[in-house]
Amino acid sequence: MSDTHAESVAYVRETFVGEQPPPAQETGALIWLRKNLFSNWFYSILTLLALYVIYVLLSGFLPWLLGGVWDASSIRECREIAGEGAAGGCFAVLSERWNQLLFGFSYPSEAYWRPTLALVLLAVAAAPVLFPKVPRALLIVTLIYPFAAYYLIWGGTILISVMALLGVIVGYIVYSRLVDRGFALGFFAGVAAAIIVWQIGGFIAAAAPNVLALTEIPSRDMGGFMLNLILGVVCVSLSLPIGIVLALGRQSSLPIIKWICVVFIEFIRGVPLITLLFVANVVLAYFLPPGTNFDLILRVIIMITMFASAYIAEVIRGGLAALPRGQYEGAESLGLDYAQSMRLIILPQALKISIPGIVNVAVGLFKDTTLVSIISMFDLVGMIRGPILASQDWNGVYWELYGFAAFLFFIVCYGISQYSQWLERQLATDHR
Amino acid sequence: MSMTEEMQVDTSKMKVSDEVAIRIEGMNKWYGQFHVLRDIDLTVYRGERIVICGPSGSGKSTLIRCINALEEHQKGKIEVDGTVLSSDLKQIDKIRSEVGMCFQHFNLFPHLTILENCTLAPIWVRKTPKRDAEKTAMHFLEKVKIPDQAHKYPGQLSGGQQQRVAIARSLCMRPRIMLFDEPTSALDPEMIKEVLDTMIELAEEGMTMLCVTHEMGFARQVANRVIFMDQGQIVEQNEPEEFFKNPKSERTKLFLSQILGH
Repeated sequence: MSDTHAESVAYVRETFVGEQPPPAQETGALIWLRKNLFSNWFYSILTLLALYVIYVLLSGFLPWLLGGVWDASSIRECREIAGEGAAGGCFAVLSERWNQLLFGFSYPSEAYWRPTLALVLLAVAAAPVLFPKVPRALLIVTLIYPFAAYYLIWGGTILISVMALLGVIVGYIVYSRLVDRGFALGFFAGVAAAIIVWQIGGFIAAAAPNVLALTEIPSRDMGGFMLNLILGVVCVSLSLPIGIVLALGRQSSLPIIKWICVVFIEFIRGVPLITLLFVANVVLAYFLPPGTNFDLILRVIIMITMFASAYIAEVIRGGLAALPRGQYEGAESLGLDYAQSMRLIILPQALKISIPGIVNVAVGLFKDTTLVSIISMFDLVGMIRGPILASQDWNGVYWELYGFAAFLFFIVCYGISQYSQWLERQLATDHR
Repeated sequence: MSMTEEMQVDTSKMKVSDEVAIRIEGMNKWYGQFHVLRDIDLTVYRGERIVICGPSGSGKSTLIRCINALEEHQKGKIEVDGTVLSSDLKQIDKIRSEVGMCFQHFNLFPHLTILENCTLAPIWVRKTPKRDAEKTAMHFLEKVKIPDQAHKYPGQLSGGQQQRVAIARSLCMRPRIMLFDEPTSALDPEMIKEVLDTMIELAEEGMTMLCVTHEMGFARQVANRVIFMDQGQIVEQNEPEEFFKNPKSERTKLFLSQILGH
């Protein structure tokens, strides 16, 4: 190789380049507009077209919403107030039937404060579960909440709730005493202890029905959006733990447990929810011994929970499958037993992966609670379809009522979705 | 390899006692129809540093994974610290808590900080109070020279650092035996040395070690016995000096010529 060439091939850097800031970005509203909306003639046409469509939609929607009538006693009065050919909607139906939409038509109006208080308490009880920064001491509220909410919404003597809570506590104490001698022993002894306490508590509550009693309100009087919220909250919070157990059971090395879980999941997933609801409503009564009065809401809760937990189990199975084998081995090699490695290592990671799927099921489940209107329960949609639209006064006010229902469901579902995205950001520790 | 010359190994405390740490007798393992391990007989004395090498698929990883029951063997006997491995889960968990293991891909828990990775098993398996467990963890993190990373997550560390954390995590359980399954195979060349240095330090303190590795420099300097495996069997074992200078079997000669030849 000639000397002249060698000079250009061999190279040694003598000074290193320091860190420099990136070049300034082009910013400003006009530049943004030109870049994103009017970058060439085709996009410009599309932008103008889109603007026109938005204008048409809003010019119909805004007068309807803003020019609406909020104070009237029937659709005819609405039309009179608005005048001939007016575009405003008849929102008076919402203000006049407000309580019916929220609580159903037979929930006693003097007791409206009870479910409202239960809803407020729900926020307190859910906070420590949903947000890690909330003090752990509030978990005691979470423990008591289901029993308090039952007492508030259904009424009756407070002894029912107290005894139910007592049964859970006694069961847990028995379990934690015996669990060292084997999980199965502790589990079944705990369940047995809880059942004994519940039986005794049932007698006590029946003997003293007036201790701190609120007016008893039967399940058939529940309705409106309250019913959707009860079903949604109870079923989501039950189906998540059941789904986890099913997902782990499906991976079990014990064939009996595995096959029970597989059969349950595949069967429940293969049947439409509405079929299960009809079973809950009609068929279940044939199989139960005569005289057992099995609350309709309870039957519906069982069916929706089974349905949702089968779906959640499959979502979590996906999360479990996504974990590398090394995580199981890492946990095993340290001597963690099955329960510890699941609780501390595997599930926290698998659940994090499954969050979008679980939220998907939860949102779907919440909206599916409107299906109970088909088995003649008067939830929000049931109220609208039945008593309100069928009445002389409000026959024909479709848009306002269904729009309102859509709006309520949207708020809740969008809230769940936003929460889940926040949670995913909080849990991001893998820095991929 | 190239690092051989740089290693300074203090052999003063490396003593092999007569006490048996691991005894394997007539052990066989199958994956379905495939016979992975065939008639393995191996006795490891306390304080031994054994390097196991061999071509891929020779069963060397499977062998050490059988010792802490990550893999089940179908025939023969494995005795660790006087306890015979059986299908009794409690017994297996006890053996695992006394045998440390480091993996090729570290297997740190990505959702926990470095410190939590190290304190998890002492707290839950040994029931150590949290404060004590953290003290022990910091002690071992200092030993592997990354105490300042304690509150980061594994994903924020380099491969070499992660493997050193994995070693510290095992040490927090105060194991009497350490198993290494290709601890440097997934690392960049620049990071291999820091991990090997940590392992040498451990050997210098008299830890019983079984190490599957292709780091022949490490084998020469640290091991007191090198085992060569092929087709699921132990083909040759000897002191490192003899093993590398005068390999007896043709298969060993071929293997050594291939990994040392370039």
